[in-house]
Amino acid sequence: MRLSHISLSNLKRRKGKTLFLALGLLIGIATVVTLLSITQAMKEDINKKLDEFGANIVIVPKSDNLSLSYGGVTISSVSSEVKELSEEDAAKIRTIKNKENINIVAPKLLGAVDAEGKRALLVGVLFPDELKLKKWWEWKGKKPSNSNDLILGSEAAKKLRKKISEKLRINGEEFRVVAVLKETGSQEDGLIFADLKETQKLLGKPGSISLIEVAAWCYSCPIEEIVRQTSQVLPQAKVSAVKQVVQSKMYTLEMFSQFSIVLSLVVLFIGSLIVLTTMMSSVNERTREIGIFRAIGYRKSHIMKIILLEALVVSLASGLLGYLLGTSTAKLLAPKVAGLSVAIGWNPLLVIGAVGLAILIGLLGSLYPAWRASHLDPAQALRFI
Amino acid sequence: MEKFIVVEKVKKIYHGPEGGVQALRQIDLTVDEGEFVAIMGPSGSGKSTLLSIIGAMNPPSEGRLLVDEIDIYGLRQEKLADFRHEYLGFVFQELQLIPYLTAIENVLLPLAISNNISSKEKWQLAQEVLEKIGLGDKARRLPSQLSGGEQERVAIARAIVSDPPILLADEPTGSLDSKTGEEIMKLFQILNQEEQRTIIMVTHNREAAQFAQRVILIRDGEIIGEERLKT
Repeated sequence: MRLSHISLSNLKRRKGKTLFLALGLLIGIATVVTLLSITQAMKEDINKKLDEFGANIVIVPKSDNLSLSYGGVTISSVSSEVKELSEEDAAKIRTIKNKENINIVAPKLLGAVDAEGKRALLVGVLFPDELKLKKWWEWKGKKPSNSNDLILGSEAAKKLRKKISEKLRINGEEFRVVAVLKETGSQEDGLIFADLKETQKLLGKPGSISLIEVAAWCYSCPIEEIVRQTSQVLPQAKVSAVKQVVQSKMYTLEMFSQFSIVLSLVVLFIGSLIVLTTMMSSVNERTREIGIFRAIGYRKSHIMKIILLEALVVSLASGLLGYLLGTSTAKLLAPKVAGLSVAIGWNPLLVIGAVGLAILIGLLGSLYPAWRASHLDPAQALRFI
Repeated sequence: MEKFIVVEKVKKIYHGPEGGVQALRQIDLTVDEGEFVAIMGPSGSGKSTLLSIIGAMNPPSEGRLLVDEIDIYGLRQEKLADFRHEYLGFVFQELQLIPYLTAIENVLLPLAISNNISSKEKWQLAQEVLEKIGLGDKARRLPSQLSGGEQERVAIARAIVSDPPILLADEPTGSLDSKTGEEIMKLFQILNQEEQRTIIMVTHNREAAQFAQRVILIRDGEIIGEERLKT
């Protein structure tokens, strides 16, 4: 027989108290695990959906002129007085230190054109990158596959009275409309999208680029860092971060994260109070028993060991069950409440964390009761006095 | 016979909100090795206080206790616990068995902190002691499943399992009927005579005291007389 035998037997005897103690810890740990899992899933969700937010860095030539607005993004003037960017500039973006964080580089050339007698704004793009960048685009028709294929904004299609498969002459060159965008509510509705090379040829600006939209994501470093690095490789350009979308998401996440931490601390504090009061009442009920142990020759350290072992066993079980309950709750809540599409898995690191935290709280909450028990006067406990 | 336990000029004052209460005025007492001594006196006479002082659980206000020439209250707390473990076996006033442990587990309690024997040997030893006191077949029963006399025997088994030289008993027959009480006292007598254990028993029961070799009479915190008996 060992001291652990006494601890385990006592836990078995005091089923009600043991259950109460375990529940206090279990609820605390489960809450922490749920909040942590959901916060983590939200971060992963943002990461996963990042390309759906579109570009978050816009690069335009440096200009002293007033700004123009494009796609809800404020950009510098694209007038001909400014030295435009080049395709080489676009390639340089992929040479920065954080190049792994660059998802999409979408260069564009803008220019006013004559489309069958009407003035229009033509945007030359690299279609594969542009379509990857603008996940929210919905269109009728098919993806452009030839250099003279066009995509028209819904407004442009209406004003030019063009339907899919119809031809459109721009600056005297013949193009074919392969797709028409559904209304986006932005300036894109009035634009004509063509292949970049064709546009450069049409506008007489080979190799030129008006602006570059970049979708970048850096989980561990701020977007400002990527902006800084890009500015270094493109000193003639103005590099700005479009932060609103990501930042508001990140802000919400940060708020939720802070709320989770505060709530976790409160719940854990309550958990440790439950441990403290339950263990104290257990010690008070066992005064005579502890007196017997001391009379038999148990050292103070033996008494502490018995009490702390009880706390350890309950904490261990509560930690494990708390993890299971917390993760199950997160799995259940994440898609329904937080609308997350990321699957919450069983995380071995979180198991260790949950059990470790439960043990820490269990032992901390039991330390004083154990100390009290070990310092009981045996003569008083046995009512010799 | 050498002087095994020496209680030297021991006084005990309990301090309360209404001032000090002198539980023991001045006690001088020696107990030889292998002696069976009964301490008799009415309630409140200080006999339990004296036993707790001899039991290394209650330091005297004045005077000292020597056991086997060791100045017990000169020891540090943990050494005091070790002394109790090595030298003393207690049989308490009320049947102080741990209710959630079986008879054999209760007997095993003093051995749980012994590191010099294996777990298997501990269980064997506890079983042997239970058999010696006639409870070998009830080892797995909880205290609540045992009669008063059986519980008393389990308490005695627990007191002797680690083979301490001194047994301290506080009213061991207090809650037993006279027949069972006599059986228990006979058991004490055997432990004293056959195993040469020194026994100090506090009682107010004269019949129980008759099993001792010497009866110390105590009243108002003072020894008022002693009686040597032929057993």
